[in-house]
Amino acid sequence: MKKVYSRIESIKGNVISVRATDVAYGELAQVTTRFGVSLAEVNRLSDDIVSLQVFAGGRGISTGDEVRFLGNPMRVAFGDELMGRIFTGSGEPRDKGPALHENLIPIGGPSVNPVNRIIPREMIRTGIPMIDLFNTLVKSQKLPIFSVSGEPYNELLARIAMQAEVDLIVLGGMGLKYDDYLFFKDTLEEGGSLQKTIMFVHTAADPVVECLMVPDIALAVAERFALKGLNVLVLLTDMTNFADAMKEIAITQEQVPSNRGYPGDLYSQLASRYEKAVDFADSGSITILAVTTMPGDDVTHPVPDNTGYITEGQFYLKGGRIEPFGSLSRLKQQVNGKTRADHRAIMDGMIKLFAAYRDTLEKKSMGFQMSAWDQKLLKYGDLFEKEMMDLSVNIPLEGALDKGWEILAACFEPQETGLQTKLIDQFWPKKV
Amino acid sequence: MTNTTGAVTGVNGNMVSVRVKGAVSMNEVAFIIVAGKHLKAEIIRVQGDTVQTQVFEMTKGIRVGDPVEFSGEMLAVELGPGLLGKIYDGLQNPLPEVAKQTGYFLEPGVYLEALTRSTKWAWTPVASAGARVERADVLGTVPEAAFVHQVMVPFTMFDTYTVKSIKPAGEYTITEEVAVLEDGAGKSFPVTMMFEWPVKRAIDCYAERLKPVEPMVTKNRIIDTFFPVAKGGTYCIPGPFGAGKTVLQQVTSRNADVDIVIIAACGERAGEVVETLKEFPELIDPRTGKSLMERTIIVCNTSSMPVAAREASVYTAVTMAEYYRQMGLDVLLLADSTSRWAQAMREMSGRLEEIPGEEAFPAYLESVIAGFYERAGIVRLRDGRTGSVTIGGTVSPAGGNFEEPVTQATLKVVGAFHGLSRERSDARKYPAIHPLESWSKYRGLMAVDSVAWAHRYLERGAEVGQMMKVVGEEGTSIDDFLWYLKSELLDAVYLQQNSFDVVDASVSPERQQAMFSRIVRVLGSSFDFKDKDAARSWFNQLRQRYLDINGIEWDTDAFRKADADIKAFIDERVTGLDKKAARIIESLE
Repeated sequence: MKKVYSRIESIKGNVISVRATDVAYGELAQVTTRFGVSLAEVNRLSDDIVSLQVFAGGRGISTGDEVRFLGNPMRVAFGDELMGRIFTGSGEPRDKGPALHENLIPIGGPSVNPVNRIIPREMIRTGIPMIDLFNTLVKSQKLPIFSVSGEPYNELLARIAMQAEVDLIVLGGMGLKYDDYLFFKDTLEEGGSLQKTIMFVHTAADPVVECLMVPDIALAVAERFALKGLNVLVLLTDMTNFADAMKEIAITQEQVPSNRGYPGDLYSQLASRYEKAVDFADSGSITILAVTTMPGDDVTHPVPDNTGYITEGQFYLKGGRIEPFGSLSRLKQQVNGKTRADHRAIMDGMIKLFAAYRDTLEKKSMGFQMSAWDQKLLKYGDLFEKEMMDLSVNIPLEGALDKGWEILAACFEPQETGLQTKLIDQFWPKKV
Repeated sequence: MTNTTGAVTGVNGNMVSVRVKGAVSMNEVAFIIVAGKHLKAEIIRVQGDTVQTQVFEMTKGIRVGDPVEFSGEMLAVELGPGLLGKIYDGLQNPLPEVAKQTGYFLEPGVYLEALTRSTKWAWTPVASAGARVERADVLGTVPEAAFVHQVMVPFTMFDTYTVKSIKPAGEYTITEEVAVLEDGAGKSFPVTMMFEWPVKRAIDCYAERLKPVEPMVTKNRIIDTFFPVAKGGTYCIPGPFGAGKTVLQQVTSRNADVDIVIIAACGERAGEVVETLKEFPELIDPRTGKSLMERTIIVCNTSSMPVAAREASVYTAVTMAEYYRQMGLDVLLLADSTSRWAQAMREMSGRLEEIPGEEAFPAYLESVIAGFYERAGIVRLRDGRTGSVTIGGTVSPAGGNFEEPVTQATLKVVGAFHGLSRERSDARKYPAIHPLESWSKYRGLMAVDSVAWAHRYLERGAEVGQMMKVVGEEGTSIDDFLWYLKSELLDAVYLQQNSFDVVDASVSPERQQAMFSRIVRVLGSSFDFKDKDAARSWFNQLRQRYLDINGIEWDTDAFRKADADIKAFIDERVTGLDKKAARIIESLE
């Protein structure tokens, strides 16, 4: 039995300190207050002063409250019984199911040895043309969804969760509005995907320290399932809240801030989470899709900026659609050569024409006269936005490619598209 | 291990404070013993009987009171035959061997021998018994990959010695004694093929440093022609994310005309290293006919690996580079990315509670960056040969803004600046090196004034382009419009290069000179077009022809035919040639 300490030396924000010995860095403790029992994690040791971040927050903690060290770091239960369950950021049930205490696994484990990684090779189908066709999601990829607050990023995540061809979805919610949490729950339930989903949700009303735990818990569970051979898709929303939680704790502990108050290790902290994306050569895989809201639509804000350097591209959600410009899947070249012969050509060709359409729109808004070519482009852009970009469009890749040819044929003559003659002969829709 | 003992008194992130009994030295390696595991750490501050160490592993589980041992040595790497083709982490742990031992994950506290002990090397003695030798003098040689690896008097032996005995030719491992040296006092020192050298000290066993003048050919047109890098020089590649820094580094690592390439993947994505790891063994180095991996060493400390080891990784890489330079070889060190290395310093500085400088980087950022790049250089060895270390570092500026401290500190010390621009990468103009912002202080393949003359077209073309955005094409004179078309042509067919095309990916110096001369002819020619549309359509056709020829193998009939066709196509239209252009073309022939 571990010793109980009943004198708290200091309380600053969510961080308390006690005088204690034989405590390990990263160890968990239980803090018993009159509001109940909360977990806390050791985040600094200095002689006999032990600092702990309290999951439930510092509010209402009394200097006379009890702190009991548990002798182990943060762990989470693991097993098939997790499927379909919903937990909080500290691993407690949020649904009405039983608490799980069996088969505990540590979180925040070591990095994968780079020599054991393999070159990504398989696409993940989502049924969203702007992803499948134009910026293919690849197994083991890590991709953020850059978005302004107010965009339907959670709707997009929920749709991907329901449609992506994976064995398991792990959803990590950080600072979610309660409505959004219910939205995810209901949507997945209705869509029948809840059974292959595990949710770790920290809502905006929950203590901020729990927010910090969500990515690590979600990824630790995902990693175990991947090692058991499952292809896991981890959805994280919203990583900016996670970064803000880190900022809050860092400032409380008087760390020197670097950019806009964020701690100097923001890049390493984000990278150690995103780099969990992996394809185990003879086992399963982890793919990560993470929402990063950009304060003020500013891609140079420290969170999206550091994220961009870490991830393999980004989806850029703007005006309720995935923008073809600014969105990029760095790994798409690995897979889109082996889907269908016209995939790359349609991908490049349609985007080039869409760029021309945007130029024409600009000309039009400045009051220039529209030529016959401009009129064609306007028609094309309209169709493209409606039948490809709209987030409600739901067709498999092959259907999207056929649709692409239809749109082209509806607007242009074959030689106007800049596509190879060989492909046109094969795929151009025949006039009925 | 020394007799000094210590015990942990505090943990803050990857910084661990230790109270010590006995003597310690700055930057000494210590081991924190946690549950039977030895975690490597480096002393970074000494205050009374307390020292601060940065731990090269995750610090979870360390307790106050845990015992600490001290090695008495600074962080060092093993030098000797067998480095080539290896994949190391930032502390020179061989990652494939680690994988065999610990599986998928990097478990803390596992440190393996950097050089394989069991390999037998075919030793040929060079020095003979009785010879007087000092540090870095050659004792013998062994063949390693395509090179003659020189086994030298360890750089850590600062005296003058007499060779007491030397092993005859034969097969030896790196731990077997190959010679015995005797100092003036009659003390004997057995010498093997390997020794250790502290990474943060530059290897200085050469006669003198020379001025870098000879170009290091990268087979990249925009670099070799417009912003060249010299052997023994330094350059940096700053750019926002997605601008193609890493691709440019990868292409350079394949094609650079040097003996050995050392890639330091420092705090970047693991996936990018994987491509190099898997592809290099399959690719053939045209210089040696052997696999590209045999001239390459990879030091790989990716973003999720412990951050203190990231700080060490660039030093590990540069030390190995200096070692091979000492054999008279040309070595290229590519560090991707130095910003991550600087951030590692920032993290540690924050934990030490040092007074922060700009953007919380430590005040010594500039001197540390300068110190690192200064380890590049072309040197004359004591036996008259030369060897060089060229350093190319990428910089990942926050928000793509080059005003930030790491970019600025780097620009002060490098000899060439290849600034990547988001604008160019968005327009798919690769390599996205911005031709108007970049610069180089080195001499390249072409005469400086010829390049400046051609560069003038880019500047003028950009001016016209800006003007046209305001007044439209209608308001632009045909002369100005021609400047614009010419600069666009130069950009499209010479500055841009398709790294996915087998032929265009690497362009030999002769071909660069020949193509440059042809482009100069177009730039310097006057044309007679009836209107702008005619001019544009002609230039578009010409561009297409050049793009086609860029994909045709050099010195083949197909190339000569296409070349003659283009010449005829141009001749039809030309009405005269600028005198300066004529002189440049003549000088290139």
